[in-house]
Amino acid sequence: MKRILEINICLVFLFLYLPILAVVAFSFNSGEQTAVWQGFTFDWYAELFADADLWRACRNSLMVAGIATLIATVIGTATALAIERYRFRFREALVRCLYLPIIIPDIVLAIALLTFYVQTRMPLGLTSLIIAHSVFNIAFVTIVVRARLQGYDNSVEDAALDLGATEWQTFWRITLPLIAPGIIGGALLAFTLSIDDFVTTFFTAGVGWTTLSVHIYSLLKFGITPKINAISTMLLFNSIVFILLFLWFREKGARNSSGI
Amino acid sequence: MRRNYRLLILLFPVIFWLVCFFLIPLMSVFAYSFIERGTYGGVRWNFTLENYQRLFDGLYLGILWRSVSTATVATALCLLLGYPFAYYLARYQPKWRNVLLLLVVIPFWTNFLIRTYAWILILRTEGVLNSLLAFLIPNVQPLELLNTPIAVQIGLVYGYLPFMILPLYASLEQLDLGLMEAAQDLGASPRRTFWHVTVPLSLPGILAGSMLVFIPTVGAFITPELLGGGKVSYIGNVVERQFKSARDWPFGSALSFLLMCIVLVGTVLYFRALQSSEDEMRT
Repeated sequence: MKRILEINICLVFLFLYLPILAVVAFSFNSGEQTAVWQGFTFDWYAELFADADLWRACRNSLMVAGIATLIATVIGTATALAIERYRFRFREALVRCLYLPIIIPDIVLAIALLTFYVQTRMPLGLTSLIIAHSVFNIAFVTIVVRARLQGYDNSVEDAALDLGATEWQTFWRITLPLIAPGIIGGALLAFTLSIDDFVTTFFTAGVGWTTLSVHIYSLLKFGITPKINAISTMLLFNSIVFILLFLWFREKGARNSSGI
Repeated sequence: MRRNYRLLILLFPVIFWLVCFFLIPLMSVFAYSFIERGTYGGVRWNFTLENYQRLFDGLYLGILWRSVSTATVATALCLLLGYPFAYYLARYQPKWRNVLLLLVVIPFWTNFLIRTYAWILILRTEGVLNSLLAFLIPNVQPLELLNTPIAVQIGLVYGYLPFMILPLYASLEQLDLGLMEAAQDLGASPRRTFWHVTVPLSLPGILAGSMLVFIPTVGAFITPELLGGGKVSYIGNVVERQFKSARDWPFGSALSFLLMCIVLVGTVLYFRALQSSEDEMRT
């Protein structure tokens, strides 16, 4: 029995990593189009760095993700505080409604926003993208910050109030530092999801605003070139750096809160 | 009074955002699904039920069936691969457990387009899989897998497997080992213990994982487009085509509204099942 489980573990890891390893390996392959190893090269990376369209798309992605993350982090944190700290009449309804944008398929959200933009005659571009991204990001930030708020006991805040701190001081000096790891974690998650988002962007971007995902999609539709492998490898590397950052913040947060 | 004032400040932005940029857009797509298509790709604001009648056309029912059955098979395959995996992981030595878990999560943080594209490299006629086959068995016919429903199925399982493993792991890790030992001490066979103790106790994880896989796969658009080459239609691609190339927005709206209903019904069923499994555990 144990043997079967071990074989399953190996197979799942092979399944998860074989495609990724193939992409990384082929990004250094000097042969074009073939699956045969023809020698090591950095050519595709050189080509990638010379591609102005790609860099423009990168800049667009960073801009959209950055602003959408900022908006979502502020709104999401406020929402998490309201849900966890207050009891009000439509609390359950709000929670349900809040998570709907991430429950419904992304293509439905994308189309709903597209029809809305067309009807309100809002031009498709940076603003429409930022709004679209912040809609699903708010939910993710709220989830992460709520988890953080549930995880620590609020007697620390009561103590601060008892010792004569004003509510405003308590918020800035006690609550905010305590939930900061949650806020940063939520923001990092939102940022990653924004950068990776393709479907919502594809429908709400309009013509002028190509993000990285949309750029990659058009490259893929145009034909498979080794340059795509190089782009993919770079993005993979970024994801790994990001996830390590996310975990580091979470770890640090866990240590801080247990130190009190 | 001041407390209420503060709550209002905290809630105002999210309510404003959700109403303006989520609920009203949903109503807008709902409204679109009841109007006529115009001659030049535009729309005419005349009420019609024709878009919904078209949904019950044999063609679209077939596509709908394919989407739902593909998502169901993907969910089942993820469960089949993921359950033993999560089970083993939950019992692994704690020192290495988090590292293994991290290895599951890394692909999940990677761009979905790229993860899907990676399978093109593997599955295409002159790809990795066929090179490997040719190396192992000389003179073998290469497999034509890319642009088939099988490729789409593999891509979906690959894309969403971490969504199954993580909730399964979360519920299996909390499992009280004592309960299983008690069952075995009382004479239950390992198989009986598994089906009557382990599975029911991990049901919340099974349900959550299934929902997290089923929902995105039923409306999947990237995977059928890239690995199916757009040759096999799924509901996600059909919606996309109505909005991009066919320019029939009202019909596309009706389709996406139907898609949303399927997902919402699934979600309600999920919460029902979760509730009843919790009730059962309490008694």
